[in-house]
Formats: sequence, C-alpha cells, structure tokens
Amino acid sequence: MLHDLRELYQAVILDNAAHPRNQGKLVTATSDQLVHNPSCGDTIHIYLQVNQGRIVAIQFTGSGCTISQASASLLTTVIKGKTMQEALTLADHFSALAMGQGAPKAGLGDAAILTQVMQFPTRIKCATISWWALKQAILTEQEGKV
Amino acid sequence: MDKSNALRRSDFPELTRRIGDQPLTYLDSAATTLMPTPVLKVLQTFYATSYANVHRSVSTLGYETTNRYEAARQQVANWLHAGSDEIIFTAGCTDSLNLVAATWGRQHLRAGDEVVVSIMEHHSSLLPWQQLALQVGAKLRFIQLTSEGTLDLAQARTLFNAHTKVLVLTQVSNVLGCENPVVKLVKWAHAVGAIAVIDGAQAVPHLAVNVTALDCDFYAFSGHKLLAPTGIGVLYGKSALLQQLPPYRYGGGMIADVSCETASWATGVQKFEAGTPNIIGAIGLAAALTYLTHIGWQRIWQHEQVLLQDLAMRLAAIPGVTVYGSGPRYGVISFNLTGVHPHDLATVLDQLGVEVRAGHHCAEPLVKALGTESTVRASVFLYNDAADCDRLVEGIKTAKEFFHVA
Repeated sequence: MLHDLRELYQAVILDNAAHPRNQGKLVTATSDQLVHNPSCGDTIHIYLQVNQGRIVAIQFTGSGCTISQASASLLTTVIKGKTMQEALTLADHFSALAMGQGAPKAGLGDAAILTQVMQFPTRIKCATISWWALKQAILTEQEGKV
Repeated sequence: MDKSNALRRSDFPELTRRIGDQPLTYLDSAATTLMPTPVLKVLQTFYATSYANVHRSVSTLGYETTNRYEAARQQVANWLHAGSDEIIFTAGCTDSLNLVAATWGRQHLRAGDEVVVSIMEHHSSLLPWQQLALQVGAKLRFIQLTSEGTLDLAQARTLFNAHTKVLVLTQVSNVLGCENPVVKLVKWAHAVGAIAVIDGAQAVPHLAVNVTALDCDFYAFSGHKLLAPTGIGVLYGKSALLQQLPPYRYGGGMIADVSCETASWATGVQKFEAGTPNIIGAIGLAAALTYLTHIGWQRIWQHEQVLLQDLAMRLAAIPGVTVYGSGPRYGVISFNLTGVHPHDLATVLDQLGVEVRAGHHCAEPLVKALGTESTVRASVFLYNDAADCDRLVEGIKTAKEFFHVA
C-alpha cells in the first residue's frame, strides 16, 4: 500500500535530503531568492553566481521536509553550469511535470524522480518551491542586467 | 449496534468512507469535527420545510425562523451559563476574536497600554491584538512556557500592572491540549482593571464551560469544532460591556433609525449582527449541542481521556518519538519523530488512511517556543476508538521502517 510512496521517496531522494549537495550561503552570489511556504514552514533560499549568462555556482540554505530539501539539493546539481535560459526551461518543465502536465524530462536527471509528487497533490508545493525560487532569482538577475 | 468502544460511531457517515484502499482513521477533530446524521437531518428538515429570513418579515415563515434562531441563542446562553443578551452569533471563533479587538480594543487601547497574551495563542487570538497594538502604539507582553510546557505563572504574575488593559488567553491549547488556569489569570487581570478575552475554540468540545464562573469578559468559540456546520461562531460578552461597544459592521438588522445623514443602533446583540446572519449555522449549532448534551459531556470527556492517556503512553514508548506538553490533555496530542519531518510522516499516515494535522497549527510562536518548526497533531472526539489509536501507532512504526530511522 506504500508502493506509490516508494516511487517518490527513492534512495537517491532520501540521500539528498539527509546529505544535501551544495548547501550553504554562496558569498559570491550575484542573485538570490528566499521562499517560504507558510502552510507547512518549508524555507528555501537559492543563491546564484552568474557569469556571462551562465550559472557558474549555485547553493541553497533552508529547512523543511524530505521532498523540499531533496528537491533543492538535486536542483543545484542539475542547474550548475547551465545558462540562465536553459535553467528557466528546466524549471518550467519540472513544475509542469510535478503538476501532472506533459513536458520533457530530458536534462532533469535524478530531479525528475520528484515529479512523481504529482500523485500526492498536497505535497506538490514541497517539490516545486526551490524551482520557483530559482526562476525568481534568474529573473531578478536578468532584470538587474537590463 | 456499535461494535467499537467509540460513542455513537455509527452516527457519523463519513467514517465509513475510505482513503485510497484504506479505511478512514479520522484523528483531526481539532481542525474540524465530522457531522452526525441527527444534526444533518435537522439542517435538511429546516431547509426543506421552514426556511426564511429572520427578524424582518411579518410572514409565518419569517416568524418561525426568527423563533428558531433566537431559541438557538437561548440554548447557547443556557449552555454557557450566560444571558441570551450576552450571546452574539458570528462567522466563527476568528470573527468573534476580531470583533472584540475591533470594537472594545479600538475604543480603549491607547499608546503605552499593555496587552498580556499567552505564547500559546492561536494566530486568530494573537493577530487582532498584535496588529491593533502596532497601530496605536500599545505593547504586547507574553506569558512564556515552563520547561514542562505549561504557562509560567510566576512570570505571568509580573506582567500585570496599571498599564495592562487586556488579557488574551486560550483556555485549551490547540497544540498541547493543556487547560490553562483561566480563573486565576482573569482575577489577576481584573485586579489591575483589565478585561479578559478567552479563546474557547478547543475547550468547548471537551470541557463544561461556565462563563459566569470563569468571570471572563469575552469568550469566543466556533461551532464546527463541536459537530455544527462551519461559518457559525459565538462571542459571549458581559452585557454591561456589550452595551457600551460601538457596532462591529454596518448593514441591515443592526439599526434603530436611519436617515440620509445619520443613524442610531439597535440595542442588545442585534447591534453586532449586521446583515442576514448564518441562520442555518445557528440552528445547526443548537442541534449539535442537543446531540452532545444527550450523550453527556462527562461521558464524552471520560471516553477521550481514556484514548488520550493511552495514546500518550504508547507514543512516548516509541523510540524517537517526542510528545509535547504533559497531561491531562483535552482533545489533542502533539508529537514529532526524530529524523522524519512532520509532513513526511503525515504523508505516510495518509497513505494508511490515518488523517492527522502536521505543521505549526496556526500557533507559530508556541511551536517555536517548543524548540521546533512543526509537529504532528492527533486529535480525538467521541467517535474515535481504540482501533483508531492502534492504527496511528502502527502507522508511525511503518513510517520509521519506511524512512529507515532507528
């Protein structure tokens, strides 16, 4: 009866929540975004360092459930080295998939596992909060350069 | 016949539904209670046979509806040991608490005044006074917790002084389930000339409340926490205080006279009930009180105590589980499982059909004071039984295996 849950909480997800990658404040950040989900208390703060349109460094701080922390951790591993445009596309694809809409999984790596959160409607925000923060941080970065 | 040891379980049709492929284990009554068939039937019969508006018609239907609505007010008054001229029907406990801050608070609170408020308050009890204090330059002073998770009375004693205008206090915490010493704190408030506003949302389903004995100035609760529909609440206020208050909202039904330039207000509680009230909600609340009184408050309380004491012992015996606060508890028990976030635990429980609440329970200052960000809360009412508690305990053990925590 926990089959669907096992599909979501895979070993790589539990590992990323317990041992988050790229965690900590990025002192060289050129843009950052803090997002808080008041209904559950999940907090994610994404820091980006952008150089000539490419995200050369990305880190996060935060607290919350397994899904929110694993999602932020996997996001950083996927996004590091991508251009801002590539990152925005991936963020849109992730959010669409997590809400059960069609989009390509290509480029999302292990983060794609978390799009199975669509089977648990009350937890979708936990998975998408960091991707939303990423998108806002990129838009802020782009506005700053105009 | 009920096979379980729950009281009247078969009166609650929602308990027969399933969550996925699992039977429903409803342990979230502190959020809202399920509706029993007898209350549902009263609502259905009323809508089908005698529905009309109140107080504004010379018709037979209007007369009947007005009588039912005012009889509901009288029933609530009797139940609380108050007068019917002291019972205002509102949209809910939140609305009741906002009414006090918006009328009495705005009339009396000035720069330099102080509001004594417990750290246990639900946001609906804290925020109206926090925001009013910010607007007028008044100050909030918090009653903190002891290490046992009760209100620190020694510290509380030092907060009352000549500047204190209001005590804002929840009778039963919606996170810890403990009952606070309302009578003692109300006395301290009155001794310095302050009024006392009591949030009874989590107390009324589990305690015999006597507002005259509590001697509080205002007492607020919601109908949907004790088997009535949502959207109906009650504010008790001492009649001498209510007479001095300005209206809360303007509209039909709350006036004495209206001209183009000015207006005067209805006397009594009608002054606070602008617009068509929640007629069906009031009638539903009366039906719920009749149903619960018939079963017997003492019997309900004893049943809940058996479940909660058993649950407290069994939860505390699970390695890694932290239970917050200490007994006796009314309705709720909060806990955490080390290494598993409350939302992850609640998701596993949900897959097993066990419906609990996880989060800060709209009491962020309290949850922070407990040294955490969120908890899991299980809450019981008359229709729960020992099997429900078994399924919660088993669910936690399953979650421990699932997340590989020792």
